[in-house]
Order: sequence, then C-alpha cells, then structure tokens
Amino acid sequence: MINAADTVWMLIATALVMMMTPTLGFFYGGLVRKKNILSVLMQCMVILAVVSIQWVLIGYTLAFGPDKGGIIGGLEFAFLNGVGLAPLEGQTIPHQLFVCFQMMFAVITPALIVGAFAERIKFSGFLLFTILWSTLIYDPMAHWVWASGGWLFSMGALDFAGGTVIHITAGISALVFSILIGKRRGNGTSSSPHNLPFAVLGAAFLWFGWFGFNAGSALGVKGQTVSAFLNTNTAAAGAAVTWMILDWFVHKTPTALGVITGIVAGLVAITPAAGFVTPMASIAIGAGGSLLGFIFVSYVKKKLGYDDSLDVFGVHGIAGIWGALATGLFASKEIGGTDGLFYGNPHQLWVQFVTVVVAIVFSAVGTYILYKICDLILGMRVDARDENIGLDLTQHHESAYTLVD
Amino acid sequence: MKYIIAVIRPHKLEEVKRELEKNEIHLMTVVDVLGCGRQKGVTEVYRGVTEVDNLLRKVKLEIAVNDEYLDKAIAAIMKAAPEGDIGDGKIFIFDMAECIRIRTGEKGNLAIG
Repeated sequence: MINAADTVWMLIATALVMMMTPTLGFFYGGLVRKKNILSVLMQCMVILAVVSIQWVLIGYTLAFGPDKGGIIGGLEFAFLNGVGLAPLEGQTIPHQLFVCFQMMFAVITPALIVGAFAERIKFSGFLLFTILWSTLIYDPMAHWVWASGGWLFSMGALDFAGGTVIHITAGISALVFSILIGKRRGNGTSSSPHNLPFAVLGAAFLWFGWFGFNAGSALGVKGQTVSAFLNTNTAAAGAAVTWMILDWFVHKTPTALGVITGIVAGLVAITPAAGFVTPMASIAIGAGGSLLGFIFVSYVKKKLGYDDSLDVFGVHGIAGIWGALATGLFASKEIGGTDGLFYGNPHQLWVQFVTVVVAIVFSAVGTYILYKICDLILGMRVDARDENIGLDLTQHHESAYTLVD
Repeated sequence: MKYIIAVIRPHKLEEVKRELEKNEIHLMTVVDVLGCGRQKGVTEVYRGVTEVDNLLRKVKLEIAVNDEYLDKAIAAIMKAAPEGDIGDGKIFIFDMAECIRIRTGEKGNLAIG
C-alpha cells in the first residue's frame, strides 16, 4: 500500500540527495586551483547525467533486481522493464520513487572520487572509468549490502545510508586511483585552495542534503527517520567542533577549512549508523570520524606521500570505515532493532568488520583493474603542458575567471 | 639601484620565489597578468563560438634591488623560471631614479633592503 506521507517525504529526500552532487562540485571546486574549478564542476554535473542514464538502463537492475545467488541482481528490471508505481514488498512508496532515491546515491558515489584525481585527469578517461566503476563496483556492492538476498545483507550487515557501500568504496577507490595516476606536478608548493567560500558553501549544502541522504534512508516517515535526522545533525556538529579543537591545539589556529572538513567527516561517519544509534552515541561517532580523519589528512598522507588531492580517502574512506565499525559498537535495539557490542552483541561488530574488509578489498582490486584498462584504451593523465595551463582551458576550452573583461 | 620586471609562467612562481629567497632577495611585488608573446594562446569555445585568444596568463614580478644584487636576482630567475619552450617569459631591467620608504622617509639604498 502506498502511503502518501511516506511518498511526499521520499520525494523531498530524493531531491535533497540530488543536490548533493553539484554541491560536492562546489566543495571540491573551491579547493582546487582556479585553473581547474570548471573541470571539477563539469565532472560532477556529467556524473549526475551519465549515471542517471546508466541507472535506469542497467544499474538499478544489477543492484536491486531479483537476487542471483547473493552476488548480483538479475536483468529482470533492465531498462526499468516492469518497474511501475506499485510498491515493492515491505515498502510504502512507489517502486519508481525507490528507483529515483537509489539513483541519487549511485550518482554521488563516483562523484566523491573526483577529489582524488582532481587537477590532472583526462576527461575522456574519467568518463569511461566512471561508467565502468558504477556498473562493476558500485552496483554489485549495493546489491551485496542493501538488496534482500545480497550476501552481506543476509549476514546481517548494518549500513543505514551507505557508509560501506558509498563512502568506503569511494574512499578506497580514491586512494588506489591517486597512487596509480601519480602526484600532481608541483604538489605541495602551489596547490592551495583558490576559493574557500565556495568550499564552505559546498559543505553547508552537503550538511543540508545529508538530511535527505540519511533520514531518507528510512524509506518513509517513522521513528527511525527522526532518529537519523537528529543523529546526522549531532554527528556533524560534534565532528566540526572536534576538528576545530584539534586544529587549534595542534596547528595553533582554528581554520575554516578544518571545520568544513570535520563536518564532512562527521556526516560520513554517522551515515551507516544514523538509524541505529542514540544521539549521545552520534556525538562520539562524529568526533571519532573527525579525529581519525585529522590524523590521516595531517600526518599519514604526508608520511606515505600519495597525492589524494582533496582527501577523499582521508575523509570518506577513513571516517567511513570508522562509522561502519562504530555502528557495530553503538547500535541499540531501541532505535533500530539491532544491538551492538556496547549493548551486549559482539557478533554485530564482527559482521561489520567483515563487511568493511570486503568493501576495501573489492573496491581496491576493482579500481586497480579498471584504471589499467581505461589507461590502456584512452589514457588517464593529461600531459605536462595541459596540466600546467589547467584542465579548464585544455580539457574544456573554457575558463572560470577572466582577468580583463 | 635597479628595477627588475620579470614576466614568467604562473606555475613557476613558487620556484622562482624560493630561488630569490635563497639569494637574500625577499622583497617583491607579484601581479597576475595576461600577455602575448611568441607563444600561441589556447582556443576557447563558448556555445560553439570559437575565440582564438592569444593572451595567456602570466605572472609579473617586480623587484627593486641595489646594484650588487642585480646579477644574483637575474641568475635566480634564469635558474628557476625556464622550461626551455616558447613562453618562458622575459626579464626587463630599468635604472631606478629613487626609492623611498614611506614609514620612515628613508631614501635610496637604505630604503630598498
């Protein structure tokens, strides 16, 4: 039975999540040099368009089509064949609305990776990689964790809104990608953010959109929806404050970039846990995501020397892993129906751990293979001249800013 | 006293600055500029309309030095700025009539350093 209130909320939530991808473009765009901002915005907008098409053609059915052996969805829903308005079993919203809501998640996940290869990627290589990655990494992963019959779902893995499926897969893929494509030229000397206000605006609207992302993942209007809403806000706040304090103590000054990075780390960390934990736990989860993100961004990255341009791994990967494990610690039966370690159910932590390991291995190996294939066919990196002049002019023949009219 | 104007590639600015600092030249003014020389510009296309723009982004450094620092400054720029292709830029050197530090009113060699 379709419920009108549930349907209205899910329409709004879907639109909120849609907005997150262009918003992410501005978050990332503000952090790159001014000769590359259009390339980043362009990549996000194109992902929104291309993955939307991929999803209705084949993506949805691979992820949520009738289960085949726990591994992949069958092709029954290819081209949205037979996908109408009647709700799926156990749902109260039109089937097509579920398609739309999940579509926005499929869109934003590859867009997260944009931050790893920013400022040096060839547009054609990027496009091919994105299509293959969505189809061969994201769709199966979404099936395993979210679709009834998926093998991790059957194990009892908890991933409320995509901590594992979205943030760990994107974060790990970003790390592998940034190592394979190599460092930016002149990295570390002249890659300071060119427009932090854009990045702040981006973070603000990501926070806003994340209400749709997390509270929408309850797939209707119920207690869990409100829990997720409150937890999302609380975790983001806890993480922002944590990063600010760390910046203040360690680097001697609180920074705007620090606070917005903390916000994103907190939002990522609470994503898998949003509908399963108490508000007090969400402060801890947000703060933990921020602390671990801070360590990776400030120290580990420098030490290991990979050039993950905008810290997709340090923020999404690490906070995502922490959030998935923290769900196994803090989950409470009263909120979401399952207990974690702190409520006397250590098994849940084990299940979360297995899920995290699977996501890491699958996305790392998958990204490695896809990168090599795309690199062979089209090439992934622009040449030195193009990189120096900037991707806006060389890949798109446009420039974001003019010096004279 | 000499006044140096150097037009260089934007991404070479950090290297040039570092090299100048190594040679104890710490004072400079930096401006974003567009320029055209023998290097061809990059074509821009907006909604299908092509604009061949031969103005390219460069960075202009302006440095005032005492005579004994002139050669060091030029050597530093010549070391850090080139890539070996057309478009590396140019250095212009002028005699400077006077230099005054506004805060103290000091003039000439004293005011530069």
